[in-house]
Amino acid sequence: MTISDSSSGAGTEAQDSAPQNAAPDGASTGDSTPANTGSRGTRRLGVAALLATAALLLFGLVLSPPEASQAEAVRLFYLHLPSVAVAYLGFFITMVASIIYLRKGSLFWDLVAGSAAEIGVVFSAFMLISGSLWGRPTWGVYWVWDPRLTSTTVMVVMYIGYLAVRRLELPPEVRSRRAAVLGIVSFLNVIVVRYSVKWWRGVHQGETVGLDTQMDGLQLFSFFVGLVAFMLIFAWMLIHRFRISWLRHEIDEQALAQALAERRAETNATGLLGRKN
Amino acid sequence: MAGKDLRIEFTSRVVTAQILPFGFLILIMFGLAIPPELLVVGDARRSVLEEVAPALFWLAVLLSALMALGRAFAVEAHDGNLDALRMAGIDPAGVFLGKALAVTAELVMVEIVLGLGAFVVFDAPLANPVMLAVTIVLATAGVTLAGTLYAALAAGQRARDTLVPLLVLPVLAPVLLGATLATRDALFDEPGVAGWSWTMLLAVFALLYVGVGTLAFGPLLEET
Repeated sequence: MTISDSSSGAGTEAQDSAPQNAAPDGASTGDSTPANTGSRGTRRLGVAALLATAALLLFGLVLSPPEASQAEAVRLFYLHLPSVAVAYLGFFITMVASIIYLRKGSLFWDLVAGSAAEIGVVFSAFMLISGSLWGRPTWGVYWVWDPRLTSTTVMVVMYIGYLAVRRLELPPEVRSRRAAVLGIVSFLNVIVVRYSVKWWRGVHQGETVGLDTQMDGLQLFSFFVGLVAFMLIFAWMLIHRFRISWLRHEIDEQALAQALAERRAETNATGLLGRKN
Repeated sequence: MAGKDLRIEFTSRVVTAQILPFGFLILIMFGLAIPPELLVVGDARRSVLEEVAPALFWLAVLLSALMALGRAFAVEAHDGNLDALRMAGIDPAGVFLGKALAVTAELVMVEIVLGLGAFVVFDAPLANPVMLAVTIVLATAGVTLAGTLYAALAAGQRARDTLVPLLVLPVLAPVLLGATLATRDALFDEPGVAGWSWTMLLAVFALLYVGVGTLAFGPLLEET
């Protein structure tokens, strides 16, 4: 835009009309794709997520009673387990979207897969942190070589690798196709790693992390509130992340179109010069 | 395909001249880093080094495998070789299996030499040679099949060197587990370690990746 503005002052040649023509085009796509990623729907969703989070704070910190064996530490559970559920949901969405992408080849599903994986990694990082903070008071250590912990950590590293592949400097279609293959195979790996690690520890000891703690109705309900809150946050983040990726794609396309127009103008100019000489 | 890669290796000698010494170097570094104290394990007394020898051996193999895998795709990186292979009418599954077979052959050779080295420097016993041989073949097949798939995912751009380990190592966690435990059983013949069931896991893993790799290589080679 600024380029066309500055050049229009000095614009005497016909090639200046090319960027200027591109500018209204950009403005019209700017109407269909908004300048920010919010919309009425996501604002409502955001408000709902905030309300659910407030409810989670109320139920998790105030209303629900401390647990018999874990005392106050049980409250971390209302954050930890919902983040686990949401992280797995994100990776599952990535797999499904990757399958659809390989079948249809549409940009939409590629971006959905990438967005879901990114948010999944964020929530699984949160899951690991909240889990180790929870482990310290309940087991006395931050970390145990438990099957669930070990396999989950391996899974997180795998999806960090997936995100790294999405950032490779490759032709977009090639990169998307590779990411889609990886998105499917990674989910398969999660299952393989899960069972092999479980078997590995099963030889020596049972699972150390058991969720056999008895929860009363209010605790269960608080967990449920947490699940709803995290699901809403996840949906809100996914929509926004998707829209950001989409806008970035549009910007890249526009930059490409503009660069093409400029090159074309350049060759026109040199062509004219050549003719004059 | 496998023959072609092995002929390239035969003439260039990268595996024998670089990867093999690298693997052996890792074994020596482990030996330096780990204290030589004696442990009491059950009725037996072993050095720490001997106790962890299976793990060290397989870690050295995995690191060597990363280098061999990088090499397998580096030879195709120039002049659009992968496109040429596709245009020559070679089935993507054939490219995948051929690459994996060639790396497997190279790696088994590395492992035999490394294994002999490990026996010498770590002073390990060998209770069950058959189990060890089966473990080596199956684990290597798993490493190269999964590794070939992931090396192809990262092939052909600048980030490859750093990206392949990040992608491959977490995926190979089950192989490291299975191979280490089966090798433990093969060396020490301890009660309570079911070596053969771990070789089963290795076989399942390898078969799984034969399937996944042949399916996935088509979309991967397309227009790369």
